[in-house]
Amino acid sequence: MQPGALSKALKSGAIWGFIVLELIFFSVAGEFLSLSDKAFMNWENMLLLLKQSAPIGIIAMGMTMVMVNGNIDLSVGATFAIAAIVLLDSMTWPIFAGLGDWVIPVAWLLALLVGTALGALNGLIVWKTGVDAFIVTLGSMLGYRGVVFMFNGENPTSHLNWTLVDFAEAEFLGLATASWFLLAVTLVIWFLTKHTVHGRNAYAIGDNRDAAVNAGIRVGPHMMINFAIIGFLAALSAVVFYSESGSVNPNDGQLYELWVITAVVLGGTKITGGAGSVIGTFGGVIAIQLLRKGLGHIGADTSTVNLVIGCILIAVLFLDRQLNVKGKEELKV
Amino acid sequence: MTDPVLRLEGIVKTFPGVRALDGVSFSVLPGEVHALMGENGAGKSTLMKVLGGIYQPDGGEIVMGGETVVMSGPLEAKSKGIVFIHQELSLAEELSVAENIYLGELPRKSFGRVDWARLAEQTNTILKKLNVGFDAMTRVGDLSIANQQMVEIARALTVDAKAVIFDEPTASLTDAEKVVLFEVIADLQKDGVGIIYISHRMEEIFKITDRISVLRDGQYQGTVETTGTDEETVTQMMIGRKLDLSRNAAHHELGAVALEVRGLSCGDLYRDVSFTVRRGEVVGFYGLVGAGRTEIAETLFGLRVPSAGQILLDGEEVHIHSPADAIGKGISLVPEDRKGQGLVLGMNCRDNMTLPQVDDLRAGPFMAEGAEVAIFDQYRDRLDIRTPGWRQKVGNLSGGNQQKIVIGKWLSMHPNVLIVDEPTRGIDVGSKSEIHKLLRELAAQGYAVIVISSEMPEVLHVSDRIIAMYSGRIMRTFTSDEVTEDSLIQAISGLGGDREA
Amino acid sequence: MATLTKQKIGGILARQGILIAFAIFMIAFTLASAKFLSVDNVFSVVRSSAILGVMALGVTFVVISGNLDLSVGSMMSFSTIVVLDLHDKIGPALAIPAMFAMTLCLGAIIGFLVGYLRLNSLIVTLGMLSAIHGLTLTYSGGQNMDIADKEGTWFSVFGQGSALGIPVPILIFVGLAAFLGVVLARTPFGRKVYAVGGNGTAATFSGIRRARIVFQCYLISSACVATAGLIQASRSLGSQNTVGQGLELEVLAAVILGGASLLGGSGTIFKTVIGVLILGFIQNGLLLLGLQFYVQFVVTWVIIILAVWLDIAAKRGKLLSPIA
Repeated sequence: MQPGALSKALKSGAIWGFIVLELIFFSVAGEFLSLSDKAFMNWENMLLLLKQSAPIGIIAMGMTMVMVNGNIDLSVGATFAIAAIVLLDSMTWPIFAGLGDWVIPVAWLLALLVGTALGALNGLIVWKTGVDAFIVTLGSMLGYRGVVFMFNGENPTSHLNWTLVDFAEAEFLGLATASWFLLAVTLVIWFLTKHTVHGRNAYAIGDNRDAAVNAGIRVGPHMMINFAIIGFLAALSAVVFYSESGSVNPNDGQLYELWVITAVVLGGTKITGGAGSVIGTFGGVIAIQLLRKGLGHIGADTSTVNLVIGCILIAVLFLDRQLNVKGKEELKV
Repeated sequence: MTDPVLRLEGIVKTFPGVRALDGVSFSVLPGEVHALMGENGAGKSTLMKVLGGIYQPDGGEIVMGGETVVMSGPLEAKSKGIVFIHQELSLAEELSVAENIYLGELPRKSFGRVDWARLAEQTNTILKKLNVGFDAMTRVGDLSIANQQMVEIARALTVDAKAVIFDEPTASLTDAEKVVLFEVIADLQKDGVGIIYISHRMEEIFKITDRISVLRDGQYQGTVETTGTDEETVTQMMIGRKLDLSRNAAHHELGAVALEVRGLSCGDLYRDVSFTVRRGEVVGFYGLVGAGRTEIAETLFGLRVPSAGQILLDGEEVHIHSPADAIGKGISLVPEDRKGQGLVLGMNCRDNMTLPQVDDLRAGPFMAEGAEVAIFDQYRDRLDIRTPGWRQKVGNLSGGNQQKIVIGKWLSMHPNVLIVDEPTRGIDVGSKSEIHKLLRELAAQGYAVIVISSEMPEVLHVSDRIIAMYSGRIMRTFTSDEVTEDSLIQAISGLGGDREA
Repeated sequence: MATLTKQKIGGILARQGILIAFAIFMIAFTLASAKFLSVDNVFSVVRSSAILGVMALGVTFVVISGNLDLSVGSMMSFSTIVVLDLHDKIGPALAIPAMFAMTLCLGAIIGFLVGYLRLNSLIVTLGMLSAIHGLTLTYSGGQNMDIADKEGTWFSVFGQGSALGIPVPILIFVGLAAFLGVVLARTPFGRKVYAVGGNGTAATFSGIRRARIVFQCYLISSACVATAGLIQASRSLGSQNTVGQGLELEVLAAVILGGASLLGGSGTIFKTVIGVLILGFIQNGLLLLGLQFYVQFVVTWVIIILAVWLDIAAKRGKLLSPIA
C-alpha cells in the first residue's frame, strides 16, 4: 500500500506544487525577460488573475461534476454564448420596458433558466436515448451554436446597462464581483460533491455504474441533474462576464470546452469518472490562468500559451499513467 | 412448523429461444442455510436475478410471509429484506467503506445532506461484528481483495434482512477470513434470517448448510437434507450422471521434449517453476484460482516478462517478447477469458478464426478470402461448430461454439506447443467431452499440449502428467497412473505435497 | 432462432438506416427545389465537401481502431500555413513533400503517445489541438499567409483545376476514398484495424501488434489532413491561421453519422463518405430552400443524435435506454 499512498499524495498535491513552480518560474524569469518592471507576484496582479479565472472556473466546477459522473459536456461554450445573448437582448425587450433597472434580475433569471434548460436537455437526451454523452454534447455544441448565429447572424449583440456594469465592476473586501462568484460557486459545488447524497451518488455512478444500479441508485436523474448544473453554471459564467462587457460576439465561448476540460483534467479528475475533486479543479483553473498571464508577463505571445498548455496536458496524462503502473510483472496488453 | 421466509413457486423465465428457468420451486426457512447448486449455466444466476427484480419471471410467483410479491428492482428487493452478496465485487473503489456499505441509501439530513456521523456510527458497528482491521472511512480501493469482499458481506448486515443470498462468497477469502464469514452466517441464522448459499465447494456446502437444492439446465432437480446425503449424490443430481473421475489411460508414443522451462519466476506471481512437455503428451496444470497457472501460460506467450529463468523450445533457449513472437515460434494459447481475450465478438466467425494469420493469407496486397473460407470450413467440420455460416457474428453463437472457434483459431496455426486455459469453462456437457477427446487426439498427432484447469475431472481425464500448483509454486508432479484425488487435493492446498514427492 | 432473425432485421436496419435516410433527404430536397439535383449543384456540393471528406477518411481509421482524433482541425491549419509559406520560399515542388513530412511527424507524435504509451486519445488529441494551434501561430508569427504570385503558379491546380470536366478536389476525394476503402476492407492491415478496435485485448492475444496498428492509423489520419491542407491552400492561395478551427468536430460528426461507433470496431469508408455527403447536401439543400445558413447546424445536431440513437435502438431492440 506504500507506493499507492505516495502516488496518491503526489497526485492530490501535484497541482499546487505546479502552481508554486509556475509562480517561482515567472517571478524569476520575469526579472530578466519582462518588459514592464512590475513584479509578477504582486498582490494586484494576483487579484486580477482570480477575476480573470472566473469565466472558465465557474464552468469548470460544473464540468467536474459531469466528469466525475462519467460523462462529458462539449456544449458549454455554446450554452455560454446563448445565455449571454439572452441576458443582453432581454434587457431591450419592450415587455420589460416598464421595469427600469429591475430588468436586471429578470434578465439574469432568464439567462440562467435558459442555460439550465439547455443543460437539462443534454442530460435528458443522454438519459433517455442511451447515446454517449460525448456524441450528444458534440451534437448540441453544433446545434446550440447554430442557434446563436441564427439570432443575429455574424453581428454582435450589445446592450450596456450602466447599473449592471457598476455592479460587475464593484469590489467587495478587495475582491471583484466575478472573483466572489467563482469562490462561491467553488464552495457550493464542493459542498455538493462532498456532503450531499446526490454528490456521493454521482461519484458512485462514475466509479462503478453496475454497482450503483444494483444498489438501486437511479442513474438517469443524477446524470440529468449534473447536466442541468453545468448548464446553469455556463449561464452564470456568461451572466458574470457579460454584465461587465455588455457585448457578445456569436463566436464567444468557442473552445471554452477545451479550456475547461484541460483545467479539470489538470486538477486530477479521472476522464473515466469516479474520481476528482472541486478543489483540484480550482487548482487547475488557477494553474492555467497563471500560465497564460505568466507567459504574457515574460513576453511570450498567445501562441506559446497554446503550445505549452497542450504539452502540459499530455505530460500530466503521462505522469498519471506512470504513477499507476503496477510493476514489471504487469500483463502486456 | 415455521413458515418459510421466502418461497419460490414454479418460476419460469424464458429468453428468446431458451427456457432459462423451467418451473423452479423451493423455499427457505428462517434460520436455515440453504445451498443452491448447479453447474455453470444451470440457471442459478438467472434465478437470483429474478429474485432481485432484475428480470421479471414469465411464470410462477415469489411468496414472502404468505403474500405474493413482485420485485420491481434491486431496491425493492432490498426493502423487502432480500440482500445479495455478489460474487463479482460491485464496489466503487474511490468511495469510502461506509459509503459502499450504504450505497444507494446513505442516511440523509435536511437539504439532501449526508449524515456522516450516523453513517460512520452504523458502519463501525457492523465492522466490529465482522472483526476487520479497517474503519468506516477507509477508501475501498486501498483494501486488499479479501477485505473488499468483507465490505461486500457487510452490506448484508445493513438492513433488517429476511433472506441473504451469498453468491460464491469464499472465492477470494483466506481460511481465517472464511472462519469470520461462517461466524457471520451463524449469527444471521440465530436471528432467524434465511440464507441462500451458492457455491461449488462441496466441503463448505457440507460444513455449513442445512438443505441443498439443485438445478440442472434450468430445471429444479429437488431438495435434500444435507445430513442425509453425500457428495456423490449431489453431484449426480447436478450433472445427471455420476461424476466421471476416470483417468486418462491411453498413452501414445512420446516424442522429443518440445518445451522446457527452467527456474522461471515472475515477481510474486510464481517462483522457480521448472517442467518439460514432450511431443505427444498432455500436461495438466491443476490448482486453485490465483495459484499462478495462467500467469505461466501468459509468460510463455510473451505477455509477461519473466524476472528469472529460461524457456527452451526444442532444446534451444528463446526469449519471447510478444504474442506475435510466440506465434512465430510455434506457441498457441487458448486464453482463459473467451469473450475478453479470445474473440472479437463483433467480428464474423471466419475473421475471428483467421485473425492470427492474416498476414500469411494474402493474394498480392489483399486478403485471400477464399483461403480464409477454406480454413474456416475445415475447422467447422472438424470441431463440429454449429453456425448458420461464416458471416455470423461470433457474439451470436453459444458459449460452446464460441470456444470451438477459439480452439479452431489456434489449431489452424499448427503450433508445436498448444496451451489451453480452462478450455471448457461455461460450456455444456456434450461439448465438454468433445473438446476433451479433441485434446487427446491432438496429442496423438504429436502436439505438445498444456491444459490448465480448475476442474479435477477434466485434468484427470485428459492428462498424461499432472502438475499441481499452490501459491505460485509447483508442489508435485503426478503421472496419470499414480495420481489419486486425495493426493491431488492435498498438493493444491499446499499440504504435504513436497514430502510425498 | 427467433433471436437471430430479430437481430438480423435490426442489423439490416442499423446497417442500411443511414442510406435510407440519405435517400429520403435527397428525394425531399429534389422535390422542393428543381436545382438541387442538377450536375452543377451536385459538383459544387461535393467540391465544397471535399476538404471535410478527405479528413473524415483518415479519422474513420482512427475511430475504427477505437480512438478519437480531435486535432485534425488545427493540424489542417498547420499544413495549410506551412505549404503556403514554403511555396514562396522553396517552390511548390519541394513545398508539398516538405509539408507532408511535417504533418506526418505530428501524426507520428500522436500515434506514439496513444499507441505506444497508451494514453487516452481524447485528452492527447485535445492537448495536441492546442499545441498544434500554438505551433501554427508561432510559425506564422500570427500573420495571414499569402502566396505572392497568385496568377503564375501551377500550385492552384489541386484546389481550382479540373480534369475531364471534373474538379480536381472531387477527384482527389473520390480517388482517396476508393483507395482507403480498399485498404480498410480488403487488406490484412484493415482487418487488424477492426480487430484492434473491436477488442484490443483479443487482438493482442492473437499476435497483432496493437500499438503499431494505432500508430499507423494516426499516420493515415495525418496524411489525409495534409492532403486536405493542400486542397485548402491551393484553393485560396492564402489563409488565416485558424482555417481549420472547429473542423475536427464536423469531421467527427460525419464519421459518426456514417455509423462508426466511438467504441471502435465498426464503420466503413463508404459509410463515412455517405456521412460527409449528407452533411454537405443538407447544408446546400437548406440554403436552396432559402433558409438561413446557420439552420444547418441545428439540423445537423438533430440528425446526428437521431442517427446514433436509432442505431443503438436497433441493436438493443428498444427505443428508450434501459437507464433507470
